[in-house]
Amino acid sequence: MITKRIIPCLDVRNGRVVKGTNFQGLQDVSSPVELGKYYSDNGADELVFYDITASAEGRKLFTDILTEVASTIFIPLTVGGGINTLEDFARVLKCGADKVSVNSGAIRNPALVHDAARLYGDQCVVLSADVKRVDGQFRVFAKGGREDTGMEAISWIKRCVDNGAGEVVLNSIDTDGVKGGFDLEMLEAVSNAVDVPVIASGGAGCAGDFVTLFQRLPKVDAGLAASIFHFGQVKIPELKQLLKENNIPVRL
Amino acid sequence: MIGIIDYGVGNLFSLCSSCKAIGEEAFVSGDASALSKADRLILPGVGAFEDAAKKLRDTGMADFVRQQAAAGKPLLGICLGMQLLFEKSYEYGCHEGLGLLKGQVVPMEGRLPAGLKIPHMGWNALDVKGGTLLTGLSGQYVYFVHSFFAENCEESLAAVTEYGIPITAAVEKGNIYGCQFHPEKSGNVGMRILRRFAGQEKTV
Repeated sequence: MITKRIIPCLDVRNGRVVKGTNFQGLQDVSSPVELGKYYSDNGADELVFYDITASAEGRKLFTDILTEVASTIFIPLTVGGGINTLEDFARVLKCGADKVSVNSGAIRNPALVHDAARLYGDQCVVLSADVKRVDGQFRVFAKGGREDTGMEAISWIKRCVDNGAGEVVLNSIDTDGVKGGFDLEMLEAVSNAVDVPVIASGGAGCAGDFVTLFQRLPKVDAGLAASIFHFGQVKIPELKQLLKENNIPVRL
Repeated sequence: MIGIIDYGVGNLFSLCSSCKAIGEEAFVSGDASALSKADRLILPGVGAFEDAAKKLRDTGMADFVRQQAAAGKPLLGICLGMQLLFEKSYEYGCHEGLGLLKGQVVPMEGRLPAGLKIPHMGWNALDVKGGTLLTGLSGQYVYFVHSFFAENCEESLAAVTEYGIPITAAVEKGNIYGCQFHPEKSGNVGMRILRRFAGQEKTV
């Protein structure tokens, strides 16, 4: 049976991982290569790198570092951040990314998902959606969650999947950073609406939150988190052991 | 030395890096005379069968691969590259493959129990049935991304994986090997499989 995936997410600025980490035995905790290798050796099923650089120089550093990561780590790599055009897809795929995640770029140019899927295949295009409740409705937000687009989220996500997005990362702004668990209500609405893999993001505070996620929502395929992994609050091998004890299929 | 066949399909970065990571010299080429100097060949591939089969024929690589395989050179097809080893595929029509292995490629759609997502994407366990490449690796997880799979290939079946039904995960016949999964994306298990193909690790 296919396993549930556990995915650490690393924010990279000017070629360095931000937010820091405190792993023992890692000499350079902000090196994407070292951290990526650490996660790869410690049970991560996939890695997501978000480029949060604003400058062109930073972008060049990011692609250089991505090339290095992809030359040393042999698990699937997803890259997001600043993906606005097909040239951006080409740029990161050439450096060894397997999947490319689009967010604001798809909102600005809805044809991007379609065009990229036709060129690189559905499996390559990941829709990342930042969603927040506004007036009793799930709303899509742009620009890193700062701007309400006014669009209803479920229909937006469905439209992107129809256009060829092969996977959806659903980041709930409402639960993000709260560490009180994933947004089960929002995730259920999305996973009932689409038949591509759904990756839960935002809200995990402890290993038990992942158990609850997969038990309550068997349609959700993966759980993504950043700081709880980076700060060692949740260790992936222990998390996977716990999932296994709860009869949730994982790769050990 | 491993020659990775470039016929204009897919991203060969990871494959090339992973060969280098196991200490094998590897090069990407679409030139028959360069590739014929390699000790082993990898046939990669992502995308649509029809397009890839056409490119293989148009570049002359189809005849070259058949001739090298007949001469006994180890050949590993990965993902779509594995599917191309078969006689034909029913991916949007009926298209001829290389015909190196008996069997055909069929869509998952309509053949899987309800509720299973297509493509079959993620880590799934190997159930090894035969061959030498995957000896002892039953129960190990490897990374899959595909919507079509090989069937009626008992003659070469080396491993299956369970996705509602048994799905052909690997095939092997003499010097011809195929993996539906991506060894170059399957962590340490994948590296081990590549090392075996490269002849670094002998299997019984």
